[in-house]
Amino acid sequence: MSRIAKRFAKLKAENRAALVTFITAGDPDHATSQALLDGMPAAGADIIELGMPFTDPMADGPAIQLAAGRALAAGGSLRQTLEMVEAFRKTDAETPIILMGYYNPVYAWGAEKFAADAAKAGVDGLIIVDLPPEEADELVPFLRQAGIDFIVLTTPTSDDARLPVVLANASGFVYYVSIAGITGTASAAQSAIDEAVARIRRHTGLPVCVGFGIKDPAQAAEVARVADGAVVGSAIVSVLADNIGKPGAVSAPLALVKDLAAGVRGARN
Amino acid sequence: MQSLNTYRAGPDERGHFGIFGGRYVAETLMPLILEVEKAYAAAKADPAFQAEFRRLLSQYVGRPNPLYFAPRLTQAFGGAKVFLKREDLNHTGAHKINNCIGQILLARRMGKQRIIAETGAGQHGVATATVCALFGMQCVIYMGSTDIERQMPNVYRMKLLGAEVRPVTSGAATLKDAMNDALRDWVSNVADTYYLIGTVAGPHPYPAMVRDFQSVIGEEAREQMQAQEGRLPDSLVACIGGGSNAMGLFHPFLDDSSVRIIGVEAAGHGLDKLHAASLTGGKPGVLHGNRTYLLQDADGQIAEAHSISAGLDYPGIGPEHSWLHESGRVEYVSVTDDEAVAAFQQCTRLEGIIPALESSHAIAYASKIAPALPKDHLMVVNLSGRGDKDVSTIAKALGDEHLGGLV
Repeated sequence: MSRIAKRFAKLKAENRAALVTFITAGDPDHATSQALLDGMPAAGADIIELGMPFTDPMADGPAIQLAAGRALAAGGSLRQTLEMVEAFRKTDAETPIILMGYYNPVYAWGAEKFAADAAKAGVDGLIIVDLPPEEADELVPFLRQAGIDFIVLTTPTSDDARLPVVLANASGFVYYVSIAGITGTASAAQSAIDEAVARIRRHTGLPVCVGFGIKDPAQAAEVARVADGAVVGSAIVSVLADNIGKPGAVSAPLALVKDLAAGVRGARN
Repeated sequence: MQSLNTYRAGPDERGHFGIFGGRYVAETLMPLILEVEKAYAAAKADPAFQAEFRRLLSQYVGRPNPLYFAPRLTQAFGGAKVFLKREDLNHTGAHKINNCIGQILLARRMGKQRIIAETGAGQHGVATATVCALFGMQCVIYMGSTDIERQMPNVYRMKLLGAEVRPVTSGAATLKDAMNDALRDWVSNVADTYYLIGTVAGPHPYPAMVRDFQSVIGEEAREQMQAQEGRLPDSLVACIGGGSNAMGLFHPFLDDSSVRIIGVEAAGHGLDKLHAASLTGGKPGVLHGNRTYLLQDADGQIAEAHSISAGLDYPGIGPEHSWLHESGRVEYVSVTDDEAVAAFQQCTRLEGIIPALESSHAIAYASKIAPALPKDHLMVVNLSGRGDKDVSTIAKALGDEHLGGLV
């Protein structure tokens, strides 16, 4: 059983949703980012998404764009991202790590080689924002071979006709992007999220996590009532950004993670 | 070189030209892009749509524009007979309007009311703002703040036409960054917004669709050369940023093996320095919805492009050009900023035609090869746009003394 499947089985037994946290690898520098990553599980993150910095993050809002820019300016790279996962695995063998990013750095690395190297580093899943199912054949077989889950994004625009196409390649879990928009901007109405999660469940038995626009513990708790996971990215990245160069660069975002975790854990009580 | 039966059949049903092209976009956009593809296929096959497109090209754009024999450039080069395809004489001053007319008709057909676009030199922005005014649609143009500074006249023109110009400050604040922000807008306003892409790049069907709309350039040049000289041209030369004017001129000639076809990229400060020559200095990658040649580092991070011409200042190129490059059908070369500036002056002084800095790259390369060609060699250089927008850039490049202290 993969780390992701194991984690969801455990959460199911506890009758609670996952808190999925996102940070950009190497933001604002390698050491701070590593410390933040290493501190996530203890703060309450059940699954961690690690952003692969890219120069042109077309689907991201300002918070994550700036994070990618900081990481790249500090020498961030795909190699460094894999090294961070490798280092994380030395102290944590259970928390799933999902890499999230854009296709070009992976393509430049070579899809087959990347899948093998990422698996070796301890990566469990991959989200490529700009690789829709129509183009995913060039990567998915290699991921499968390496035992890495291909986590697909479904959106408010993925209707019942399209969902089977999108879900055909999916494994691990399904990431529902709750707004038609960029990261960290608007938030979806809870009723719309409820409806969408129910609709996706009619098409797949995979866990469904919801992200985009979740900013605080209350919103995370709302989502955690209906979904299998709540993904928080921009809010954590923004707290980090506010504390760069200060003693709170690691502790402040971890404090938010702790609050979010409390929200998620209390959601179904 | 392996030659194919036809170079005009692409893309395949999934939008690929060989390994290039495709649809690499966020899932949010996929249903809409599939809808654009379907709508365009229907429009393309609809005689009423084609008739309306042709009517507007003739009555509004002013087509056909001339294929002008340029005697003084021909004399100066001392070889091939040089003809200029006068896209600069189109309404709004460049080839961009051809594509905008086609796409605005499609957007209207799809029931969209809000149009977004990105622009580098501003020519595509002006053309988009123009067709939005014509059809009474809301228009938002994304433009890098660096480009806003160097293309002020066009920025003001867009505003006069009723468009909102949104400055983009991320990255180097040029065309690539404007395209990112346009995609962010599209993903956020997917229900009512049509993205009017200005070149033969982006997700399928844009590269093929823009090519089809621009192919009027080559179709006319073909007929005109036959009418004027009784045969096909021997060579075609056009500048390449994204490559829409070039694709428009080239496409109708791709299967004519006697026609030598040359695309001219911007070598900026030089190929070993900052430049925008994606084919000459880049490698295949994925950006802005398609796989194509890109300027990038070993880690797959996109490099900043540089050209004195804002319209060529893009680290990528249309995917069909990448395919034509690898298949060997089209030669891709480059000229520097300095060479383009010299050609700009030469064309202006000798022919009384102020060419766009983009087009000046094509003229510069023509000046390199024409002297060695026979005097009966018929060369078509695409004059993709007029240079009024570039006079302040040129003035800065040349300094006061060349303009008699007027600047």
